[in-house]
Formats: sequence, C-alpha cells, structure tokens
Amino acid sequence: MYFITMLLLGLGALLGLFLSSRAVDSVIAFHGWMLVAFCVGFIFWMLRRGDNTGGPANPDSVVNYNDAVVRVGVVLSVFWGVVGFLVGLVIALQLAYPALNFDLPWTSFGRLRPLHTSAVIFAFGGNVLIMTSMHVVQRTCRARIAGGWAPWFVLLGYNLFIVIAASGYVLGVTQSKEYAEPEWYADIWLTLVWVAYLLVFLGTLWRRKEPHIYVANWFYLAFIATVAMLHIINNLAMPVSFFGAKSYIVWAGVQDALIQWWYAHNAVGFFLTAGFLGIMYYYVPKQADRPIYSYRLSIVHFWSLIFLYIWAGPHHLLYTALPDWAQTLGMTFSIMLWMPSWGGMINGLMTLSGAWDKLRTDPILRLLTISLAFYGMSTFEGPLMAIKTVNALSHYTDWTIGHVHSGALGWVGMVSFGAIYYMTPLVFNRKQLYSLRLVSVHFWLATIGIVLYAAAMWVSGILQGLMWRAYDSLGFLEYSFAETVEAMFPFYVIRALGGGLFVIGSWVMAYNVYRTARGHVRTERPYLAASEYAQA
Amino acid sequence: MFSHSKIEKNSIIMLVGILLVVSIGGLIEIAPLFYLESTIEKVKGMRPYTPLELAGRNIYIREGCHNCHSQMIRPFRDELERYGHYSLAAESMYDHPFQWGSKRTGPDLARVGNKYSDDWHREHLIDPRALVPESVMPGYPFLMDDEALLRDPSGHLRANAAVGVPYSDDMISNAATDLRAQADPDHDDADGVTERYPGAQVRDFDGQPGAPSEMDAMIAYLQVLGTMVDFSAYKADDNLR
Repeated sequence: MYFITMLLLGLGALLGLFLSSRAVDSVIAFHGWMLVAFCVGFIFWMLRRGDNTGGPANPDSVVNYNDAVVRVGVVLSVFWGVVGFLVGLVIALQLAYPALNFDLPWTSFGRLRPLHTSAVIFAFGGNVLIMTSMHVVQRTCRARIAGGWAPWFVLLGYNLFIVIAASGYVLGVTQSKEYAEPEWYADIWLTLVWVAYLLVFLGTLWRRKEPHIYVANWFYLAFIATVAMLHIINNLAMPVSFFGAKSYIVWAGVQDALIQWWYAHNAVGFFLTAGFLGIMYYYVPKQADRPIYSYRLSIVHFWSLIFLYIWAGPHHLLYTALPDWAQTLGMTFSIMLWMPSWGGMINGLMTLSGAWDKLRTDPILRLLTISLAFYGMSTFEGPLMAIKTVNALSHYTDWTIGHVHSGALGWVGMVSFGAIYYMTPLVFNRKQLYSLRLVSVHFWLATIGIVLYAAAMWVSGILQGLMWRAYDSLGFLEYSFAETVEAMFPFYVIRALGGGLFVIGSWVMAYNVYRTARGHVRTERPYLAASEYAQA
Repeated sequence: MFSHSKIEKNSIIMLVGILLVVSIGGLIEIAPLFYLESTIEKVKGMRPYTPLELAGRNIYIREGCHNCHSQMIRPFRDELERYGHYSLAAESMYDHPFQWGSKRTGPDLARVGNKYSDDWHREHLIDPRALVPESVMPGYPFLMDDEALLRDPSGHLRANAAVGVPYSDDMISNAATDLRAQADPDHDDADGVTERYPGAQVRDFDGQPGAPSEMDAMIAYLQVLGTMVDFSAYKADDNLR
C-alpha cells in the first residue's frame, strides 16, 4: 500500500502539473498548483516520517490502532461543521435581507448556496463518515487500519477535494448539478481518493479477527461502493479544454435530469443515510451499553433499504417532462422506502430497551436518541412528499428545504455530534469530556434551533404553495409572484433565528472538543441517576 | 439452506451483493429513457443555442441562477396561466446539463423569453429592487463590465457537438464571429447568425456599444428561453403511443 499511496500521489502531482502547465483560465492554474503542492508536501511528509503512520491513543491498547488519523478527522469534522453551518446562516439572512449579497459575484446567494450545501454535506458529513468509519472498522475488526499511509491519503486528499470545490464555487466554477457541482478535474481527484478509501476499508475488513463483519460495516461498505457508482456516472463530462475548468455534462435534458436526481437522491440515501446508519449501529449500542435490538431486523432493513432507495430519484421530478411511468415508479418506491427507514429507526431506538433511564443522565445518549427521532420523522415526511398530490403543492417551495433540514440537522447533525462527543475522549486518550453540561447546552440549542427552522419552513412552504394556486372569485390568479415572495419574510427571519441557535450550538461543541483535547475537565454539577437523586 | 452468515463472513460476496442490489433500480428507470421514443416529443423549432446564448447560459450556470429559478412548468392550471404552456422534454434536449431546478424562490424562467424588454432585464439584473421592490434577488451590476468571453468559442461548440448537440462544421468555424455579431446588428455577419440559427434575435441587448458584455449574453439567453418550439404546429395527442 505504501507503493500505491505513492503512486496515487504521483498521479495527483502529474494531474496538477498537467492542468496548470498550459492552463487557459486562472482558476484551473490555481487548483493545479494546489494539487501539486499537496501531493509533493504529502510525499515529503511520508519520506520524513517513514513507517510512523500513527499509533493508538491509549499506549496500553492491545491492538495497534491508528487513532492519529481519526483524531485529525475529528478536528476537521468540527471545523467544517462550524464553517458550513455559518455559511448556511449567512445565506438564510441573505434571503431575508438581500442587501447582504453586496452585489458582488463572490458573495451572491447563487454561489454561496452550493458552498453551504457542499460544506455541510461533503465537508462536515464526509469527514464525519470517513473518520467514524476508520474508527469503527478498526474497533469492530480488532485490527489496525490497512494501508499504512493510505488512510491519511484518503482523509487529507478528501479535504483537498473540499477546498478545490469550495474555492471553485466562489470563483464561479460549477457544473450546476445540485450536490455534484465540482468540475471534471475535481471529480477525477475525488475518484482517486475514493478508490483508495474502498481499498483501505476492504483491506481492514480482510485483517479482521472476528469471523463476522459487524453490521455497521455493511452500511459503510454500501455507502462507499454506491457513492462511487453514482459519482462517476452522474459526472461524466466533456471538458472544453483539458487545461480549462469548464466542461459540458455528457447527458442532456430529461435523461440528465433523471441521472442527476438518481445521483442526488442517493447522495441522501447512501451518503446521509446508509453511512450515518453505520454510525448509529456502532455508537448507539456503545453509548447505551446495550446490544443492537434485533440482528434479524438489521439484515432485513439493510438489504431492503439499499434496494429501495435507488428507485426513489424520480420523486424529485414529479409532474415534470419526465415520462409518467418513471414518475409513478419513483413515487411507489418512495412510499415503500418508509418501511426499511422505520425498521432502522426502531432498531436504533429499541436498543435503548432497559437503558431508557440513561436519557436523564447522559446528554450524549440524548443526542443520539433524538437523532433517531428526527430520522423517523423526516423519513415519514419524505414518502409523504413523494406522493404526487402532495408534491404538487410542496415542490419548488420551502417545505422541501424544511424537510431536508429536519433530516440534515436533526438526523445527520445530531448523530454526528453524539459520535464526536463519544469518541473525542477516546481518540485523544482523555478520561472524560471537558463538560457534559455543555453537551446538554448544545443539545437544547440545536433542538430548539431545528424546531424553529422546520416549523418556519412548513408554514412558508405550504403558504407559498397555496398562494401560487389561489384564485379569486372572478377566476383570476389571486397573487402575483412578488406578493408570494413578500409573504415569506417573517418566516425567513424565524428560520435564520433557528439556524443561528444551531450555529451557536456548534461553537459550544467546538469549545468542548478543544478543551477535552487539551485534557481539561470542567468543575460542574454531575448528572445523578434517579436512585442517586433520592439520596442527594 | 441459505444463511446470511455466508455473506457477512466474506467482504467480497457482500460487496458484489451490494453492487447488484443497487444497480437494479437505476437500470430499470434510466436505461429506457435512452431508447423509448415517447421520452422526447417530436417538435418543430428546436435548434442549438447560438454562441452568445450559450455564453449567457454559462453565466446563468456560473452564478447559480438555478438555485432559485426553475425552468420546468408543470401541467397545472395556475402554472399555465402564470408561466405559459407546460414544459416539454424536447425543450431541454440540447441542455448539457439541464436547468430544470428544484426551487422557486423566484419565478419559473422556462418561458421568460420575449416577456420583458431588454431594458427591463438589464435594469432588473443591475438592481432587482429598483423594479420589483419585494424581490430578494442579488444584483448583478458586474455583468455590464465584463466582456462575454467564451474563451475559444469554437471549442465550446465542439465540446457540445461531442456530447450530441447538432452543431454543424459551419456553426463551429464561425462561432467567434457569431458571438460578436449577434449583439451588433450592424456587424457584417449579422445575417449569418440568423441563417445558421433560425429565429435567433440579433440586437444590442445591453444598450452598450462595443464588444458584447456578459449582460448581452445573459439577456440573449433569457430572451430565447421557451421561445424555440413552434406551438402552432404542436399536437400533444400525437405523442400518445
């Protein structure tokens, strides 16, 4: 693997040199040199450190885990979370107060919105997935992660992709395909990183000391393999020049639309769901100190979830120019998807059987549990919105935005926070978190923030949908479009308020993680179990 | 007897199983779109974008307009009255990538072409709230300053041709001239533009003399949206198969 990592870095450096050598625009020259600097820097770092690719946080550990790479992943996750949520707050405020666009290209909503979605989904979510998968696969296989330097290449190379994508958006380089905005050269780099990721993950599974592959790893494996397939097919493109950023997607019109939403819906299904279910299947039982509720349910829910999810893409294109048969298939499978989704939620929640009292005393478990509640809620809402009659009202409105955020903030965000709080003391080799009380503060800030956000978007979305189709007594459209925009203002302010609370919560987490990493412990009133209250 | 433990003890069997299971849905839903003739209606009037319109479209993409504006009118009474005839699949057959969008923070733009004057578009893009006080759209005054650059216009057309847009050799070799001529009615090649791209509108879109600005390109693109198909010759029932 040492050789393969070197080879990938060499390829990366060559790609960078190639792009920048005869670059026809300044963005690709900038990104090319960035790639060269990264690969050359990485090679020097490898040569200097030799075989020292990082050891276990706890020197007494029986297995020689690589916790160093996970540690860096924790820091990157928290960093990108704070950045991504903040950009979200900025664009929420732009919608309420458009003067905040400043009439400049680099700060306008159209460029910042992909920056926000990519920063939260791919930078925050992606780093959480990569670092938790590296943590989980080592622990559940009782083996050191495979590939020597390769895990570092995966983690850092992935973050280079993030930086290339993000700086590209601000400078106006985008394919415009939602959640697949990065241009062709960034996509090629991500493909290299992803192949290495798959090999590292498989390689670690091959080293396992357990006969069975633990269920969390099934979900991680499905996430890695399927995302590779989606990414490559959706992003096939013809560059105008191999030395320029601009390309044209090979797919056109209606076919492109379905391929795009097949991709994007399964970015939700496999990136934000399957991957994070992997997190759930490890960290919930760990934190609750209980086995998974049902092994059989895990099997049924895993295969049915990954089989059904793929079909659901057309529900993003209901009543469009996509052929009816495809729309109906998409709607039908979306409704069926409710079952495996709730299977997963039930399996997670029922894992708390016999440990429900811990919710009172353990704010980390509370985060993990409420994430499952939000997962259940948004996977109920999703099939509902995929019904054609409902979608006729909800599509194109803020209802969709609210739905996405109850899933993204509530499920993905909360389960990630829970995992980060659980693993930070472990990978930094500290006895405990800096403060459990601050975890509770974070929990409430985030929860109230999401409630405000989702409620505001339900009202604004349904209101706007109804206003668009309202007729007066003479049979004319009742409202002009501008009037429906004006009606959104109070809800956009409430949404920004909710988002603001969520952002502040992320700062509390960043502070807590920082103090924990430094080995500090806050003097605070401990959480007492019910029985202890009686004595106190 | 089948036992799941076979799968969960072998990572390769599991990986292959996953890939099989996740391939089925996509294959069944997507592949037929490439060969079922009913997917895209037969219409009259669709043509590839002129180089200036294409440059405008690239600015539309660069600025992320699709984040707030859809280009897909659904077949509902209120949408037909607000925006016009529902969108046909044929109308985006040369769009790489499609711009149907998923959100209407602003109105649908699928048929915005010829609805407003060039002056209205220019003033609105420079300062949206000067014309629509309730608007939350960002201003794009900088479009007036920059020249509409398709670095290597022929290259852009060639790349489109490579992915299936019917640009002829004539169109490709004249791309650079056509780009300038469409925004300048006095240009020697002005007739060449309408000859190669029937129905193309040739005029100074931004009211600013000289080389075409990004504003010229943007307005040229907006003014062509939804105007290509000849609906007098379109019979929806002909597509029933």
